Amino acid sequence: MVVDSTIERHTIAVLVDNEAGVLARVIGLFSGRGYNIESLTVAETDTADAISRITVVTSGTPQIIEQIKAQLNRLVPVHRVVDLTAEGANVERELALVKVAGKGDKRVEALRIADIFRARAIDSTNESFVFEISGATEKLNAFIDLMVPLGLVDVSRTGVVAIARGKSAL
Amino acid sequence: MADQQMNGSEIIIKALVNEGVDTIFGYPGGAVLPIYDAIFQQNQLKHVLVRQEGGAVHMAEGYARSTGKVGCVLVTSGPGATNAVTGLTDALMDSIPIVCLTGQVPTHLIGNDAFQEADTTGITRPCTKHNYLVKDIADLPRIMHEAFYVARSGRPGPVVVDLPKDILMAMGTYKNLTQVEHKTYQPRLKAEKNEIEKAVAMIAAAKKPLFYCGGGVINSGLKASKQLDRLIKLTGAPVTLTLMGLGAYPATDKQFLGMLGMHGTYEANLAMHDADLIVAVGARFDDRVTGRLNAFAPNSKKIHIDIDPSSINKNVVVDLPVVGDVGTILDQMLRAWKAKGLKTNQKALKAWWKQIDEWRERDCLKYNQTGTVIKPQYAIERLYEATKDRDCYITTEVGQHQMWAAQYYKFDEPKRWMTSGGLGTMGYGLPAAIGVQVAHPESLVVDISGEASFLMNMQEMSTAVQARAPVKVFITNNQYMGMVRQWQELMHGSRYSESYTDALPDLVKLAEACHWVGLRATKADEVDDVIQEMISIDRPVIADIWVDQKENCFPMIPSGAAHNEMLLGPDDEAEQSGSEEGMVLV
Ligand SMILES: Cc1cc2nc3c(=O)[nH]c(=O)nc-3n(C[C@H](O)[C@H](O)[C@H](O)COP(=O)(O)OP(=O)(O)OC[C@H]3O[C@@H](n4cnc5c(N)ncnc54)[C@H](O)[C@@H]3O)c2cc1C
Ligand SMILES: Cc1ncc(C[n+]2csc(CCOP(=O)(O)OP(=O)(O)O)c2C)c(N)n1
Ligand SMILES: [Mg+2]
Repeated sequence: MVVDSTIERHTIAVLVDNEAGVLARVIGLFSGRGYNIESLTVAETDTADAISRITVVTSGTPQIIEQIKAQLNRLVPVHRVVDLTAEGANVERELALVKVAGKGDKRVEALRIADIFRARAIDSTNESFVFEISGATEKLNAFIDLMVPLGLVDVSRTGVVAIARGKSAL
Repeated sequence: MADQQMNGSEIIIKALVNEGVDTIFGYPGGAVLPIYDAIFQQNQLKHVLVRQEGGAVHMAEGYARSTGKVGCVLVTSGPGATNAVTGLTDALMDSIPIVCLTGQVPTHLIGNDAFQEADTTGITRPCTKHNYLVKDIADLPRIMHEAFYVARSGRPGPVVVDLPKDILMAMGTYKNLTQVEHKTYQPRLKAEKNEIEKAVAMIAAAKKPLFYCGGGVINSGLKASKQLDRLIKLTGAPVTLTLMGLGAYPATDKQFLGMLGMHGTYEANLAMHDADLIVAVGARFDDRVTGRLNAFAPNSKKIHIDIDPSSINKNVVVDLPVVGDVGTILDQMLRAWKAKGLKTNQKALKAWWKQIDEWRERDCLKYNQTGTVIKPQYAIERLYEATKDRDCYITTEVGQHQMWAAQYYKFDEPKRWMTSGGLGTMGYGLPAAIGVQVAHPESLVVDISGEASFLMNMQEMSTAVQARAPVKVFITNNQYMGMVRQWQELMHGSRYSESYTDALPDLVKLAEACHWVGLRATKADEVDDVIQEMISIDRPVIADIWVDQKENCFPMIPSGAAHNEMLLGPDDEAEQSGSEEGMVLV
């Protein structure tokens, strides 16, 4: 059969038992087998059953993406692996805290751009702002790029979280 | 039965006994002394004291592979656990069910660099199917039973249970949870009806079908081999086996083409190359089997039956994946075949067999035993002739002798052949043989060995004596790391860098010093006598067979080559200059 070698970017949701070492298993799988992690987020989403949701953005050929899902499914504490990219429409969001230091015109310009991007200033001093911005990864990238000449000093990002559109659960 | 109060060590013993464990291979140390104390005070579990923890895991592998049961290991914390790592990796690669109990420092000291502390779950995470650190005595019964369930279910593998010493001594309640369902790990066993129907239709339509079967058939159990036999006889198709699959189909049957792959037969590899349908059954398209991927079976459709979805489309993209247990699926296929009254294309099959018979005429495994120098192939063939009608199990080490054993020893039944395939661990064979012998005290167990591999775990000779395991180590002694020398000949201009073993011990005297019997053959006409004597002695024996030091193992598909670019003998070898791409491959 013909092997497809185009590189695709996929967002995969993994429901796991929230137990010691589970994140190490997932990360170790990616590093040990040489798969990419573009972003990874994790938090408990079902406290009653102690289930965490990991959202991982990865890239590879269709064959590699299939392997990644099969390998994740093989881990004993994994309940479900859902390829949100393959399943259809989904929304992805990321949150960033962006610190910009400066005075005068640059300060004004930073505020103006923040407004355009719907970023909120959540901390401010005479010489700095911390903006909170959320949205698609590309939007965050664009905002951060624009802040560089205006005195960007620090960035903290959450990585992507994603959820399928429509009424059904994972 | 009422729940019972007992300490952690007693819970462990109870759980082991309820899981059907009769033998545990282990080595004591501070962190596991409470378990050893519990072992001392019972008589349901037999403990085999090894000489190095690495040996314990290989013994458990031999035990497991030859019985179909889970092999069980007990080692102490720190160095005990780290010594077990090679065996665990070996078991992971070859899908062998193992439960390995490791001692750990008490919970309150974990993370403090305490004496003999190692991050065992961290170290073994990538080399186990799953592992556990028990932090609460209340979890112990569940984890013990879960460990066995995970080790044996789906694609089998090794599981580590790390046991802090305070847990071993804490009081708890034992519940027999052998029948409890696992909440997440539920491998699929049965295939969908439409998958089965497609599969049998593809087989019926094929003109040049070939069954390529592997270790998964053996993992699935004796019934799977029986069903495989039926399906192959029913379809009249040829069958080849991987190194791990030997014995899954009778080697003496005429539909068997021999092993395939790097050191497989001419007919098996060319059939693979020319087939129009490959039915992979419990085999994982390993690089030793496929050769150069872009030239692998170029004109074939492929069906892949495997219990592990990650084996499918990993190396080779297939047309029809069928996920599930081999035995169950073959059963479904047989029923579907009969229900639909399918027939194969007799005319096409006849032409296919004619082609295969022409390949067979090359007689790719022939060798010349002339003169007094013993050919290693001859030694193994004579061993086969002398033992084929006996209740015999064979293990191997890793190297040329392993490949010759695979080529010249014919296995007609599953579970009779234990070898380290995926990891290729030198030093596997002797401890594995001891494990097999402990499980089958009345049987003949022979480790076909190379002298270099034997030295890797020869401390276990002492275990064999103590465990009254009269194993035989049959060494094709070429004084070389023969497999390494062969590659150096092929790829590195015959510069034999560090592949000659100087200063070998006198293996006959070594045997005697270890309370074994040592025998030696240096001429071809001595081989049969030595084999007969070896078999007749009811004690462990080393048979030191001095073989031709220059002999190489053929056929061979060099790394990076395709199935139809096989070397059949030294003359081909002379023409070969290893390809650049091939050189970087292992
Ligand atoms: C020096 C050396 C040379 C070698 N040369 C060769 C060679 O020439 N030819 C060769 O074949 N090998 C060779 N090997 C061995 C090779 O490295 C692999 O170990 C071997 O080919 C793998 O065998 P397998 O495909 O049967 O898979 P295994 O490793 O036995 O894996 C079994 C497969 O079956 C699946 N499975 C397990 N249980 C079940 C079940 N119940 N139902 C369905 N599926 C199941 C598993 O998921 C897995 O995919 C060599 C090794 C060494 C050390
Ligand atoms: C633990 C380990 N180290 C190194 C190797 C690499 N290796 C593969 S075969 C081989 C030589 C084996 O020599 P011997 O046991 O004498 O067998 P022969 O090939 O001569 O039959 C070596 C060093 C290995 N497989 N395992
Ligand atoms: Mg040797």
